[in-house]
Amino acid sequence: MTTAYSNRAKAFLLLPMVVWLIAFLLLPYVFIFAQSLMKSDAFGNVVVEFTAESYIKIFTSKLYYATLLKTLMMSCLVAVSCVIISLPLCYFIAFKVQSESRKTMLYTLIVLPFWVSYIVRAYSWKIILGQFGILNGFLLTTGLITEPLEIILYSDFATIICLVYILTPFVAIPMYTALEQIPKSLVEAAKDLGAGSLTTFFRIIIPLGLPGIISGATFALVLTMGDFLAPILLGGPNTLFISNIVQNLFGTSNDKPLGSAVGIVILALIVLVLEVSTYFEKKYSSFKSS
Amino acid sequence: MRRIFTTGSAALVLAFIYLPLLTIIWYSFSAESVNSFPIKAYSLEWYKVMANDESLLRAVGNSLRVAFFSTVIALFIGVPATFALHKFDFIGKKLLERIVLMPITLPGIVTGVAMLSFFPKIGVELSLVAVGIGHITFLLAIVVTQLLSRFKRLDPNLEQAAYDLGATPLTTFFTVIIPNIRTAIIGAALLCLVLSMDEIPVTFFLIARDNTLPIEIYGMMRRGITPEVNAISTLIFLATIVILILSLRFSRKTND
Repeated sequence: MTTAYSNRAKAFLLLPMVVWLIAFLLLPYVFIFAQSLMKSDAFGNVVVEFTAESYIKIFTSKLYYATLLKTLMMSCLVAVSCVIISLPLCYFIAFKVQSESRKTMLYTLIVLPFWVSYIVRAYSWKIILGQFGILNGFLLTTGLITEPLEIILYSDFATIICLVYILTPFVAIPMYTALEQIPKSLVEAAKDLGAGSLTTFFRIIIPLGLPGIISGATFALVLTMGDFLAPILLGGPNTLFISNIVQNLFGTSNDKPLGSAVGIVILALIVLVLEVSTYFEKKYSSFKSS
Repeated sequence: MRRIFTTGSAALVLAFIYLPLLTIIWYSFSAESVNSFPIKAYSLEWYKVMANDESLLRAVGNSLRVAFFSTVIALFIGVPATFALHKFDFIGKKLLERIVLMPITLPGIVTGVAMLSFFPKIGVELSLVAVGIGHITFLLAIVVTQLLSRFKRLDPNLEQAAYDLGATPLTTFFTVIIPNIRTAIIGAALLCLVLSMDEIPVTFFLIARDNTLPIEIYGMMRRGITPEVNAISTLIFLATIVILILSLRFSRKTND
């Protein structure tokens, strides 16, 4: 039994955070939702007059819905690439490394880039992919090309590589956690019953690791949908993600209601993705995490 | 053969993760004024340029100040609230737990433009103060997630012993509970510092004239690549590793 806290004590502990979150988080969200239903005049001022104009524009004007679709496709591509890249490493650490201390060391190596500045990691690809960068320099020395390729940097390709690079730890961490939870006895049982390595991998390890894989892929998907920096830093003139449209609408184009509406559409999509992903994670989870 | 394949592909992935970072460190010692391959001469030139770049140094100062104050305030607001979330049941608790996580589950750009639109309406003009408020809001999510699991592992008998000895709940909170989870608090604080120092999407929209470090680097990259960025990036990378090692130390102690 515990001593009862008075309501005043409870309020003292809890209220500052509740007030903070209402004032600086909920109200701003409510505000842009309201703003998304207004319109802006020729000078970019918000006119208080309720209309669904912005939403209609998003779903009828090609610039908006096509960019939205393209961003979704890019996000899926990034998520799948991150999964493919993380899988061998996570599998290796979970099943092939025996000593606990080496496991911890390798896991730390995966987690570390997670904490390294986004801008620093994005920047590294500028050195590698640049016109006089390492990739071009390497290709020139090997004689595979005779002139530096200009199209590598500032393209959709560069943007995707950069995002895959940045988001791989986000995918690898939950994936490794899921693979590590798979009882080794199950894998041995499969082998004893005559399953080859590939069969074991695809019929035991992948299905049992699926919740972690889904959760990691969701991170990559959602974070790409909200990213506006990689396209600016590494993308070409035509690399435009939906978040860049939001950024422009709040900047040079100065149409805040439309910008808010695009933002709300992104939010709605992300909430949908998260819900679907949680559903599948639950559906495929065989072990209740303790 | 299969063994070589598994080990090889794992090694390749690690190379993919680390080679780009090592590249920056390597290039930071280049003497040339463009990032060209191969590097023809080495020097510490770009570290000197960096050390004399006043606007960069100002940005470092701004970032440190924002990170420090945001972390301290987020802890002051977040730690007691996390304890309450752990301890009490109340109406709307589940909702509050979801709301506090919004800034890290929802994209930073939407949070950024929402704050950009709303803050001036309540008298918070775009400035480093606005940036700090934005940071505190998402750091609360970090504090709550980091400390909630720690509170759950706290021995309830400690608290009971304090009551039996006549301490009031608030005295118990400040003199028994907080000291017992201090390593977890320090660990969370270090993570908050790193995240605040790195934050771009929200900062991008709330900034006025005074840049934070990542925004300053962003500006340098937009103006054209200068190898100075290699030098500052190398230092950021090294600082992150030091802080990460420290925070791992603290979180490991917590587990004992």
